[in-house]
Order: sequence, then structure tokens, then C-alpha cells
Amino acid sequence: MPGEELRVGTGVGPYRLALRRLRRNVAALVAAVVFVGIVACCLCAPLYAHYVAHTGPLDNHETERVKVGGHIRDVVSLIGIPIGPTWHSHFLLGADFNGRDVAVRLLYGGRNSLIVGFSATAITMFAAVLIALFAGYYRGWIDSVLARMLDVIWAYPAILLGVAIGTSLSLGGISLGPLKISGDSLYIPALIIGFVNIPYVAKPIRGQVIALREKEFVDAARTLDAGGLRIMMTEILPNLSSTIVVLVPLMVANSILLEAGLSYLGAGVQPPNPSWGTMISDGVRLITTSPFLVLVPGVALVLTVLSINILGEAVRDALDPRAVTRTRR
Amino acid sequence: MTRFIVRRMAQTVIVLVLISIFTFLIFQVIPNGDPAARLAGRTASPDQIRAIARSWGFDQPIYVQYLRTMQKIFSGSVVSYSQQINVVDQIRRGLPATVSLAVGAGVIWLLFGIVVGLLSALRPGRVLDRVLGFLALTAISTPAFVLGAVLLYVFAYRTSILPTGEYVPLTDDPWQWFRHLVLPWISLSLAFIGFYSRVLRGNVLDAKHEEYVRMARAKGLSGRRVMVRHVLRNSLIPIVSLWGLDFAGVIGGGAILIESIFDLRGVGQYAAESISTLDVPPIMVIVMYTGVLVVVVAALVDILYAYLDPRISLNT
Repeated sequence: MPGEELRVGTGVGPYRLALRRLRRNVAALVAAVVFVGIVACCLCAPLYAHYVAHTGPLDNHETERVKVGGHIRDVVSLIGIPIGPTWHSHFLLGADFNGRDVAVRLLYGGRNSLIVGFSATAITMFAAVLIALFAGYYRGWIDSVLARMLDVIWAYPAILLGVAIGTSLSLGGISLGPLKISGDSLYIPALIIGFVNIPYVAKPIRGQVIALREKEFVDAARTLDAGGLRIMMTEILPNLSSTIVVLVPLMVANSILLEAGLSYLGAGVQPPNPSWGTMISDGVRLITTSPFLVLVPGVALVLTVLSINILGEAVRDALDPRAVTRTRR
Repeated sequence: MTRFIVRRMAQTVIVLVLISIFTFLIFQVIPNGDPAARLAGRTASPDQIRAIARSWGFDQPIYVQYLRTMQKIFSGSVVSYSQQINVVDQIRRGLPATVSLAVGAGVIWLLFGIVVGLLSALRPGRVLDRVLGFLALTAISTPAFVLGAVLLYVFAYRTSILPTGEYVPLTDDPWQWFRHLVLPWISLSLAFIGFYSRVLRGNVLDAKHEEYVRMARAKGLSGRRVMVRHVLRNSLIPIVSLWGLDFAGVIGGGAILIESIFDLRGVGQYAAESISTLDVPPIMVIVMYTGVLVVVVAALVDILYAYLDPRISLNT
């Protein structure tokens, strides 16, 4: 488009251009609406629990009865089958084997899954960028040590390492001097997932840093007597921003998926705390009689991760100067 | 070239030693995980616990315990804490199921990943590309074990078209072997297919704008010939190396979730069970074994790359 190129010449920044491309992407807009909707619903979990369902995420009702369409039914039947979706304010999406309201747990669980996903991503990005900067800028023995450390973490399948650390930490929690995190805290899975994902971010960024340090503007800064730390932060880091922006949604999506897997193996969010992963793993045990216990959290999980992935891909295309050739519109 | 290979192998050995130390340490930080107390059972007296600790060597310093465990691992005589069964035998027992899962799924995901990726790259931005792209992202966004659970419900519990799980050896009954593995293969493959197709699509579209492709066109080669000989060849190399690593991960027990949900009793499920009982020796061996596979394959991939692409410097 000639018009756009003209405006580039008159000083429109790359992010402004990217945003413009992003706004034209219908799929990305739909995904954004879905994602914001899910986050908003999850944030409103306490309101729904208090004003609509009148029960909390940990409240058991297995011996109670509920009136559905004029009939009185057990929340959990005598042979242990929980009630399915009632489409009423009580047990909108059914109950689990403890007679807990699935809809309430879905919202609270979503909140926990999102907290774990986002905190894990924050930990990963912070640590990985720092490691990549030091390893890629200084090279030499610092690079050798850091790169071997990344290789070690990377050689384990993420889920295997996550389960090993998760089992170990969920038993004892963490106590490092003043820092104490109990074993059932949400931050333990977040920390583990954040740690396990570090090499997947640090490795590509390190490569980029190695390329950037040879550029003329870094040489220029060096001749101006700028120190290593200063060059890393003011010369190299800003040039990594588009890579970082592209990797963030990918890592959030991966972290939420890994949380589900770890929780299924008992090494993620600890019961009775709900998360989509723990809800799915509880549901799998009853899948023959109550498939909705897997489907409800499963669909919520897939929808959330899918919307993040669509957004992530759209952001990547929008930031890529060759995006026009990719989507050809 | 030889120097590069030797260097790469030396790095591999260092990483493996670090992996073994790291794995051992993870299980040393468990505060109330005294293995002697667990071995002794609930009614044991302190004396009995002490005796067990002495006979297993738990009273020794950590580095002695580590070296002893490593010695046992390499002589193949390592036994598990909880059941005192030879760990290497157990892994060997799980290997046929894990290898069957990995080989079948690996072939499926490589084949379909390439086909779907090429179909999307053919006419980027058109309807077929969009539909396949959406399906690929959906597959990537679905946890394999959720898919596995839903497939189990539909095809095994609800309709009993397929069995509900467990592994039947190929040598016992090839048809039953196949029937028992169809669902695990599909559940494991879908996300990989989605991911590989996206990577391949990106590679092909990037390669189309490379100078050597423009050069080939300028020489007057036909579109099809440029596509097959230049674009495809260069786009497929990263896919195959990616496949090597993922395949090694699955063979190494990385498909813990799929193995557990379909009760295949493979290496991954053995790892999951050992972790839940805090049984250190099997986890050490499995992690070492996985680490060896992944790190060796990664080194092979690097060497292959250096061999195929002379632009890669052999000094780094």
C-alpha cells in the first residue's frame, strides 16, 4: 500500500503500525473479546458465588437435595453420581462428587489457572531475558555456564521436571530465610512452571543478543565509554522488545496448559483449591457417569488458551514487517 | 568437523553429569521425605529406622549417596526404595508400550504435520489456510490428556468401539495392539500436528522470499521445481530436527499424561508413579535415560545441521 509507506516516512512508529494491522484482523478482535470476557467472568467469581449460586467453591453439599423443575433431586445420588447441569442458579453446570457447585468452582478455578499462567510467564520472561542478556553480551565463561544450565533444564521433558519439583515442593513448601511459601500456595506451581519454561525463552533471545552485540550502534555506545550493564539495558533490551512481546502470549498459553497437566498428576494446584487442571483430573475419575465434569473445565481451558494463541499469532503477524506477504490482504 | 563433534560430545557429557546431580538434589530438599522412615513402615521403632538407614546408606553424606546411586545405575543393579524391584528391569518392561506409542504417534504427527503445513502454505490467507490455521491452533490449545479422556468416553465407554486402555504387546496380537493404541496415538499426535503445520507454513513462506529462491526463478526454473527443490528442502530440515527432539522426549517417558490416562504402563507412567511415592532411584534412572536420549539427539541434530549447512560456524 503506497499510502502506508508514505506515512512510515513521516514518522509512524512500528508499534503504531502493528496496532493498525492488528485492528484490521477480525479473528484477533474476536479472540480478544472472548479472552477479556473469560477474564472478566473469572474476576467476578465471588459475586457469582455470593449472589447467584449462594455457595462457595469449597462448600460440600453431597447430602443435600435441590429442586429442579418441580422435582426434588439429590445433589449426589446414593450410588455416588453427582447431579448434571440444572441450568438454574443452583448448580448451573452441575455438581462434583463432593456436591460442590461446578459453575462456582469453574470461575474460581479459572481465576487460579490465570493467576498461575500469568505469574509463571512473568517469572519466565524476567529470568530468561536477564540470563540471555548476560550470556549473549558477555559470552566467554559466563555464557558457557549459563548455556549449560539452560541445557540441563531443557533436557528434561517439561512435564517430567515439573512433576518432580512439584511433588517435592508441595510436600514441604519453600522456606528461604524470610521467604516462606506453604506447600498448597498457588505460587509454587507458578514458580515451577516459570522455572521449567526459562530455556524455551532464553535460548532464542540469547541468539538475538549475540547478533545485536556486533551491531554498529553497540560499538558506538562502547566508544562512548558506556558500561556493559548500560549497553544491555539501553541499547540491546529495547531491540528485543518485539521478540518479547511475541513470546509472552505463547508462554501464557503454555503455562496454563502445563498447570493443567501438573494438576492432573497431583503436582500443580493442590486440592481442595480449584483450578481447571484439578477440576479436569477430578472429573476424569467419574467420566463414565458424568462426562460434563471433564467437559466443562476442559472447554473453558481450550477456549481460553485458543483465544490467547490466536491473539499471539495475530500480534506476531502484525509486528512482522513481512506480514503483508503472509496474509496477503 | 571432528573437533566440532568432539567438543559437542564433551558438552553432552557435562550436561548429563549436571542433570544427574540436579535430579538427585531435587529429591534431597524434601523436608519430611526421610526414605528410611518410609521403608520401615508405620510401626517401626527408631532403632529399626536407624538400622535401615545404615543398610541403605542414608546416614552417609549426600555426595556419597549420590556416587553410590550412580555406581548402581551404571552397573544396572539399582533397586527402588518402595518395592525393592530392579529398576532397569521395570523400565525394560515398560519400554515396548512407550516405543509403540512413540513410533506410531511420531509417524502420524510428522506425516500430517507436513501435509497440513504445505496445504496452508500453498495459498496463504485463503479460506483453506484460515480453516487449517484455526484447527491447528485449536489442536495446540487442547491438552492431550483432556482430548484423551473425551475420546475414551466417546469411543470406549459410550460406544465400546475401542478398548478402554492398557497395552497389548505387538507379538501377542497385532490387531489388538493396534486397537489399544489408536486413541493414544491420536490424542498424542493432534497437538504436534497443529504445531508442526504452523512451523512448516512459516518456514515455507519465509523461504519463498529468500534470495536463492529468487535466483532459481531468475534462472527460469519452473514454479513446481523451485517449490520442491529449493523451498521445500530448506523448510523441511528444521521440521525433521524438531521431530527428532520431540520423538526422543516421548520415547524417554515424556508422554506421562497420555500413558497414565490410557494406563499403558510405559516408562512415563512408571516415572509418574515413582514420583508420587517419592521413590528416588527409578526417577533418577528414568530422568538420566531421558536426558541421555534428548541430549544425544540434540547433539546429533547440531552435527547434522553443521554438515548440511556450511554457513553454520563450527567454532561456536
